[in-house]
Amino acid sequence: MSLLSARGLSKSFAGLQAVRNVDFDLPQGEVRALIGPNGAGKTTLVGMICGRIAPTVGTVHFDGRDITRLPAHRRIRLGMAYTFQITAIFAGLDVAENVALAARRRLTGDAVASAVEAALARVGLAGHAGQEAGDLSYGHQRLLEIAMGLVQEPRLLILDEPTQGLAEAEITAFKALIRDLAGNTTVLLIEHNMSVVMETAHRVSVLNFGEMLAEGTPDEIRGNADVQAAYLGTG
Amino acid sequence: MKIAVLHIGLLALLFALQFVLPAYHHGNLARIMVLASYAVGYNVLFGYTGLLSLGHALFFAAGMYGMALTIDHLGWSPAPALIAGLVAGLIVSAALGVLALRTAGVAFMIVTLMFAQAGYLTILYFAEWTHGDEGFVIQQAQRVLWGIDLSDPSNRYFAALALFSVSLLVCLWLVRRPFGRTLVAIRENEERTAMLGYDTFAHKLGAVVISGMISAAAGASYGLLFGYAGATFASVQYSIFPLLWVLLGGAGTVLGPFIGTLFMFYLIDLSSGITTAYMLIAGVVLVALTLFAPQGLAGEVRRRIWSWLP
Repeated sequence: MSLLSARGLSKSFAGLQAVRNVDFDLPQGEVRALIGPNGAGKTTLVGMICGRIAPTVGTVHFDGRDITRLPAHRRIRLGMAYTFQITAIFAGLDVAENVALAARRRLTGDAVASAVEAALARVGLAGHAGQEAGDLSYGHQRLLEIAMGLVQEPRLLILDEPTQGLAEAEITAFKALIRDLAGNTTVLLIEHNMSVVMETAHRVSVLNFGEMLAEGTPDEIRGNADVQAAYLGTG
Repeated sequence: MKIAVLHIGLLALLFALQFVLPAYHHGNLARIMVLASYAVGYNVLFGYTGLLSLGHALFFAAGMYGMALTIDHLGWSPAPALIAGLVAGLIVSAALGVLALRTAGVAFMIVTLMFAQAGYLTILYFAEWTHGDEGFVIQQAQRVLWGIDLSDPSNRYFAALALFSVSLLVCLWLVRRPFGRTLVAIRENEERTAMLGYDTFAHKLGAVVISGMISAAAGASYGLLFGYAGATFASVQYSIFPLLWVLLGGAGTVLGPFIGTLFMFYLIDLSSGITTAYMLIAGVVLVALTLFAPQGLAGEVRRRIWSWLP
């Protein structure tokens, strides 16, 4: 049973077709990577799934329910979480409050503080709770984004280029985190770092010029000639 | 704890001042407390939610006329008249919120300004009932609330203090609750807040209504305590005042509105004693403050010394 299912999604921006007639299914519990060259329409596609962008045509179903017309905040409440590609933390608030804002939608009272603590510990930011979020390094801001996603305990976690700007050790920790989530949480991961894709994803979808080019296991994708030509290069 | 001590301490100080202040300053402070309540209401929307309204005079006047017209035409006593003022504030702010919140940024400023101007012109147009520009006096006999004569300076002072205490404590309570924290999140980054699953429109509408009702309570009290209702209070000037008070005192701080109102009131009061060009002095001081304390007086205190200041 697919947790998420999109049919015929298209999006045009002033005549430019960013996404063209994409069908997309994501089974419960799977970690799926979405890859493709810059400008392939990955963020647009994900934006239509989580409600930031209205599709020109097409439908989105989540957990069997048609959510195409639901505004973003209602979709999030159904159990989606989205972390932004360009870090969109609350720079003027402290780190703990950033995560608490994400937690308070599902928790109240003392449960918030312990959930915040657990989420920060999970991404390795435990020591930074009192710091102003805008003062964090770029990599740490990315980790804070991930913590804000985790603390919502979503059924579908959408991560838009989460490892961009992370150090090597942080990327290793991130891979372990995703493997840890796999099975319980369905994860949709937009990612450029191939080692992250190959080591964490169950399946990979490749988007090119707004169209779904290929879909398969990491090994199948690695061996796919079209994908190599479009994205990985022939080397 | 520190927070409780500071805010209750201020209220206790204001209570004590009633017994020591000379008559002139005593009267001033009563007026300042009512106007500061208005500023507290404004700050909920501007300081905490990040929505700059140029039409708050509409809410202040809604409260004032809701109270004054029911006394003048229906012969109501002050208690139900005050409630009428609050209800007027509720209706007007909810209606304006639903319409104006379809816009954002500069458009929101323009739309609120236009609605407030429409309200002002409505008051002038229905001069038969509102007495237009001239306004009307609420007689001493009509200002007795539960046997307390509100035209008496001491009673008036305590009534103003009661209003201010309620406004301040409501604001303090609000901004420490999840609802208030979400308003701050909307101010900081509205799209992110929506993507955490919050209905930002509903939260902003809630902020407009709370802000509008505190402003209306201040307007109704002002009319009742000082015995006069007039169209001036609906003019654009009275929309700009709370913005100035809040900016000077510190937007997004609980105490800022009071400090700003107090500061501005005495700045004009003292400078007008020196020269007839007192607005020049006031203007220079305001420019200097904006340059050197851009976060307002309480905002600077928070930045430099007391980072825990709510």
